Amino acid sequence: MIKVNENNVEWEVGMTVRSLLIKMKYSFPMLVVKINGDLVKKADYDTTPIPDEASVMVIHLISGG
Amino acid sequence: MIVTDTLLFFAAHDPELLPFWRNATIGIAGAGGLGSNIAISLCRAGIGKLIIADFDTVSLTNLNRQQFYLDQVDLLKVDALRANLLRISPYTEIRTIPRRVSADNLAQIFGSVDILIEAFDAAEQKQMLIESWQVLYPHKPIIAASGIAGVGDNDSLKTIRLGNLYLCGDGSSELLPGISPVAPRVAIVANMQANLCLELLLPRPGEKD
Repeated sequence: MIKVNENNVEWEVGMTVRSLLIKMKYSFPMLVVKINGDLVKKADYDTTPIPDEASVMVIHLISGG
Repeated sequence: MIVTDTLLFFAAHDPELLPFWRNATIGIAGAGGLGSNIAISLCRAGIGKLIIADFDTVSLTNLNRQQFYLDQVDLLKVDALRANLLRISPYTEIRTIPRRVSADNLAQIFGSVDILIEAFDAAEQKQMLIESWQVLYPHKPIIAASGIAGVGDNDSLKTIRLGNLYLCGDGSSELLPGISPVAPRVAIVANMQANLCLELLLPRPGEKD
């Protein structure tokens, strides 16, 4: 089990940031992703594994300023 | 140049808080709706030094929400903003950078700041800045904004904290193509960022960095 934005989500073997984003249907193009407080760069979403028990935060960024 | 009396100028400031702000250097990435409002509030608060970067010029369509004036159309935003800040206070040192901020020049432009404030328009730029900053300076705060479009709905505006990354806004209001954000909500979010910045500069008893 992992936490995604404070919600419980079932952990899966081989889970990456990319597969989690797809599973959660987070389709926004610009995101900030942190695993256990550490930022994951956009270029590393495909290759960064999510460990079981991880706390993941996903925030989407919206234009305007 | 109008001469002011330093002691009198700061007589209305809180003497216990002011030294923390006078000694601070704050970076503002972007001098549009967010950045122009942020700079004015931080200047009034007595921040010692501002570093403001923006490559753009003032256009007529900016005046619906950005702190510029009719006679400043076509000026570089950083030049116009500097002029406006100097009309408020001569006590904030202002360094202006008329360049586009990128991952490659971020350290050169903003490496000396205590806190960086993200005040860009495009989500892609926001993402680049947040990501690059957190990789370069994981221990220095960055205060970003996301979700400022529309009118009303005051209670949806909030601050989310992810370690040293702070995000102000409603987190959800999308901009429609061709439609600008509206002055009050832009200014509110800008001032949430400025307000948080002033708070973060104060000592926080019991909280580790």
